[in-house]
Formats: sequence, structure tokens, C-alpha cells
Amino acid sequence: MFILIPRMGDLMSTNKSTKVEVKNLSKIFGKRMNKAKELSRQGKSKSEILKETGATLGVDRANFKIYDGEIFVIMGLSGSGKSTLVRMINRLIEPTEGEVLIDGENLMKMDKKKLREVRRKKMSMVFQNFGLLPNRTILENAEYGLEIQGVDKDTREKKAKDALETVGINGYNDEYPDQLSGGMQQRVGLARALANDPEILLMDEAFSALDPLNRTDMQDQLLDIQERLHKTIIFISHDLNEALKIGDRIMIMKDARIIQTGTPEDILTHPANEYVEEFIENVDRSKVLTAGNVMIRPMTINLEKAGPRLTLKMMKANEVSTAYIVNGERKLLGVVDANDVIKLVREKKGDITPIIQNKVPTTTEDTPISDLMDDISQTGIPFAVINEKKQLKGIIVRGAVLGALAGNEVSDFE
Amino acid sequence: MNSLILGNIPELPLAHWIDNFVNWLVQFTRFFNAITNFIGSINNAFQWIFDLVPIWLFIVLVLALTYYVNRDQQNWGLLVFEFLGLLLIWNLNYWRDMTQTLTLVLTSSLIALVIGIPLGILMAKSHIAEVILKPVLDFMQTMPAFVYLIPAVTLFGIGMVPGIVASVIFAMPPTVRMTNMGIREVPDELIEAADSFGSTEWQKLFKVELPIAKSSLMAGVNQSMMLSLSMVVIASMIGAMGLGTKVYFAVGRNDAGNGFSAGLAIVILAIILDRLTQSLTRTRRKN
Repeated sequence: MFILIPRMGDLMSTNKSTKVEVKNLSKIFGKRMNKAKELSRQGKSKSEILKETGATLGVDRANFKIYDGEIFVIMGLSGSGKSTLVRMINRLIEPTEGEVLIDGENLMKMDKKKLREVRRKKMSMVFQNFGLLPNRTILENAEYGLEIQGVDKDTREKKAKDALETVGINGYNDEYPDQLSGGMQQRVGLARALANDPEILLMDEAFSALDPLNRTDMQDQLLDIQERLHKTIIFISHDLNEALKIGDRIMIMKDARIIQTGTPEDILTHPANEYVEEFIENVDRSKVLTAGNVMIRPMTINLEKAGPRLTLKMMKANEVSTAYIVNGERKLLGVVDANDVIKLVREKKGDITPIIQNKVPTTTEDTPISDLMDDISQTGIPFAVINEKKQLKGIIVRGAVLGALAGNEVSDFE
Repeated sequence: MNSLILGNIPELPLAHWIDNFVNWLVQFTRFFNAITNFIGSINNAFQWIFDLVPIWLFIVLVLALTYYVNRDQQNWGLLVFEFLGLLLIWNLNYWRDMTQTLTLVLTSSLIALVIGIPLGILMAKSHIAEVILKPVLDFMQTMPAFVYLIPAVTLFGIGMVPGIVASVIFAMPPTVRMTNMGIREVPDELIEAADSFGSTEWQKLFKVELPIAKSSLMAGVNQSMMLSLSMVVIASMIGAMGLGTKVYFAVGRNDAGNGFSAGLAIVILAIILDRLTQSLTRTRRKN
């Protein structure tokens, strides 16, 4: 009877327009391409094709759409073709066949000049090993994209400084890349990409070279930046935890082919095949599941509309002993206990304000369940999930958490 | 024996063919004269400057230049060595010869650089160019340097110019090779970064590839310079003046004393040039 509240990403993707569309995109490396193509049509595997023709199947007929403003994670192990695929999106690698449409425009039909224009204005790339120029200072690195567009010194310096500030790098302008830690260097890489103010960010294993702590930091920061800038981000990763954390949608690749595309929730709950299943078994579910994933819809009472009688009636109807009190804007005010409400009704009081208990444990939607486990097992009142405006989004009951960890459907719980 | 293996194949008239080729080239006298004049005027310009500068000022300038290129990591030993070495050359009365040798080295290095670096870039960018140039470079470097003197005299007369031409041919390969290697060794990710931000080919070359290849490129220039210095004695055989001439004459007279003292002057010059170009190799930073 409780309904799972969908994640923001799911809602956004259905409303937004298509930013990048990939149609039948293939890449074959090596000779005897036609033979290799034919074999791939017959469904032969990457290794079979390599054995028979000596050609390497990089990407086999990829079809997908990326929506405006989403973080789209392409995930796979090394050799799955994910890096080749992302490089075909900006034509660093020339596709063997197929189309890439950016805002409906076919990238494959562009001449060098037009392509350069798209690379300069529409999309920027962030690299696994940062790709910073060792002979340039941090500021000069961040300026690179603007410099080659012929932007004058003052303007590009200002934009580069803004971008460096956005990623949280201050006071290193005159240092050189090798004087900075890996995490800092990748921030510069990100700043360089952002300085162009592109619509699309291509991030190729951008955080893979960082140590775990830095990686988590960068993931958080990327989400933070995305909140403000709303870019379309295509993120390559081999780490499912990372994909689940930052992806609005995830596409899983294996041996040059796409296995599954879907929201993190989809992938976790309905893995397309054994391969994906095996993949997600290795993921610590409690780390991946956030409060938003397991929360259920609470029974709420609008203080502005309801008195003790209505409250009691609704609680009875819903068979609950605690009700969450909100105002007209769904801002959480506290909880009331059924016993207190009954007392009020007996005393024939008209206002429930005095009995509201405002000591409610709260959390936010993106908090991992693993962080809440201890507290959930100790408190009687379910956690309230609120957003930054203190609006009540859902609650977390103990049973739902345990159920989600066990891999069951959350909605079956009472 | 010869006829057993090769059968009835007559001896190839290879030498004759090459003679014919050289003779055929001679008809372009005006072209070669123009080159001779051009190289000659570069050479004369250098020599004019060196003759104009008083010796004491020259020494001061060399020391100042050394001080400047090593400004972040001063090498006092080198400064002392240069000072004493140049004084010794002055004292031995080899000053003019030394400047003539220096002129020959600088002119041929300059030409080797101007031709060699673009060739190296071409080689790095084009597979076909690399396939063609590699054996040519091997040929240029391994053919005994004396051999170049023969056609050089035919085409450029005697004096400094044929010496410079022979030096350029012998000394250019390292510059070409090291430029090629330096550019090819620029990490793929940096090339991808340059491309992904929409650099033109020229922007990529000047803003990414050459700056990063700079130290190996400079190492090539350094080697070219040393090789052209090793050519000075050989070049003196066809009338290129300088320290080489002194050594060459000393050989003719079996005069070990003068031979060694002129040789020592070459060594001093070589060390100064080597250290100066080596410190240009190091990457320098703003702060």
C-alpha cells in the first residue's frame, strides 16, 4: 500500500529533451573490416571476431539517447568499448559507421571547421590522467580552451579564474600541475572543461586515478556543480558504486555491446542478465541505497486544515500510531502520538499544536543508508526525509530498510 | 670466385653513375652559386660580429650568457673554467682561429636547425615521411664525412661554404631524429586534450607538441652542434679556416705540440658550447 517515491533523475529524464543521440554507432579497429562487420551482424562475440579476422570490435551498433541536463554514466570493464564510445561522441575516434546527433545535428557530416567549432563551444572533455599541460601554470591550463578560440587575455583569465573557483581551487594560479595532488589536478582538468561553458561534459574515467577519499570528494563536488550548472554529463566509469552514486541513468557495456540502460534503481532491481547481476552482487547495497531509495510515503496531517478529531480519524483509517504534521507547504513541524490526540479529543480541545513533538530525527534523500543504520535501529520514531526547504519527502521505517538490504521490493511493506 | 657466384653479371659502374649525377648537378651552377652566396653571407655576418667585438668583451659576454642561462641553478665551476679556457686560447694566439671555428659551427648548426626541425615535425606527423627519411638519415650519418667533401668542392668551390655544407649534412640527423622522437612521445592524452578543445593543427603544434618536445628537441640541437664541431678538422682539408686548419697543418708537419694545443682549444670551445646548449635543454619555470 505504500508507494516508492521515484528519484528526481527519473522524473527529469522523462520531461527533458534529447541532447545527444547515438544511432547504430560502430567502431572496428584493424583490417578486414567488412568481414568483421558481417560477423558482428551474425552476433559473433568480440573474441570470435578477433580470432577470425584479426580485427577488434570496439563498439558494436550502439543506440541510445542522452537527455538534456542528466548525468549519463557509461559503465563497463576495461575493453568493453566505453572509452571508444565516448571518443566517438566528439570524434576523437572516427566511427566506422553510424551517427552521432548533438541537438539534432549530425556530427559525422561536419567538416573539420564545423567540428572544431562544436568542440570549442558545445563540449569539453575531462581525462583519466588529467591531461594537463606540464609546461603551463594552473591558470594557463584552465585558459587553454579559451585561448585557442582567440578570446582576449583579460576575458579568458577572468573566466578561467571563475571556473577554478567553481571547482574549489584558489591560490594555485601560478603553480604547475606537478606541484598539485591528483585530486587537485583533476579539479583543474574539470575547471579547464568548465571554462568554455560547454553544454556537454565528457568525463572519461575522470576520478579513476584518484584515491578513494579524493574520489568520493570529487563525486560529491561534481553533483554539487551539476546542481548549479545543469550540464549534460557523459561519465565513463568502471566502478558500479560510482555509477550508482552519480548517475541519473546508467548504461552497462560488455565486449563492445550495450547490455542494459536504465536508472540506478532499474539496474539494481531488474538486472538485464547474469552479467549485470554478478556485477551488482559485488556492490555493497547499503552503501548504494540512499534514504531516497527506501523511504516510503508517510501519513501526514496538515496543521492548517486539521484539528484533533480529523487527525484521529485519519490515523485510524491508516492504522498508524504516529502522524507527521506539516504546514500548507509540506514543511515538517513534528509528529503527534495517537494517545495524545485521543486525550485532546476527550478534553474537547480544538488545536493540536501543543501536543506536537518536534524531536524528529531527520535526514536527506541522498544520504546513504549505511550512514543511518545505527540510528535507525535505536530510535522508535521513523526517520523523516526532508529536502533543503524542510519539506517532508518521505519517512524511513525499519522494515523497509531491512527489506531493501535483502533485495526485496520496498513497496510490499506495511 | 666472383664469377662463380654472380655468374656473368658485369661489375656495376656505380662510381660512374655517381660521377654522372654530380656532373649533371653542375649544370645548375646558378642555383649552387646562390646557395654559396647565401651561406657565405651568414658565415661572414657571424665572422664580422666576432671580429668587431674586443676579446675582453667577448669573454665577458660569454660569462654573462652562461650566468643568465643558469640563473636558477648557478654553476660557478663552469664560469671559472670558461674564463680560464678563453684566456688560454687568447694567450696561445688562437683567438681568430677559434672565432672562425665558432662561426663555422654556428652557421652549420643554424642551418641544420632551420632545416632539421621542420623535417622532424614532418616525420612525426607523416608515416610516409618517416619511412622515407629514416634510411636517408642513416645514410647521412654513417657515410664517412670525408666523402661529402668531394662533391661539395665540385658544387660549392673551396673555402668555408663547402665545409659548412658537409657539416650540415653530417650534423643534421640528430636534430631531425630528436624532434621526431620528442613529438611522438608527447602523451596521447595531451594530444586528445588539445584536439577535444578544438585546437587547429598549428595550435596543437605550437601550444602543445613543441613545448613538450622542447627538451628532446634541444638535446638534438646540442648533438648537432657537437657533430658539426667534430667536422672542423675534416672541413679544413677543403680550405675552411679555423682551429681545424692548425690541427691539419700540425698533422702534416708531425708537430705534436701545436697539434695538441690547437686540439685543446677545440675541446674548450666544445665544452663551452655543450654546457650552454645543455642548460637551454632544461625546462624553466616562471616562479
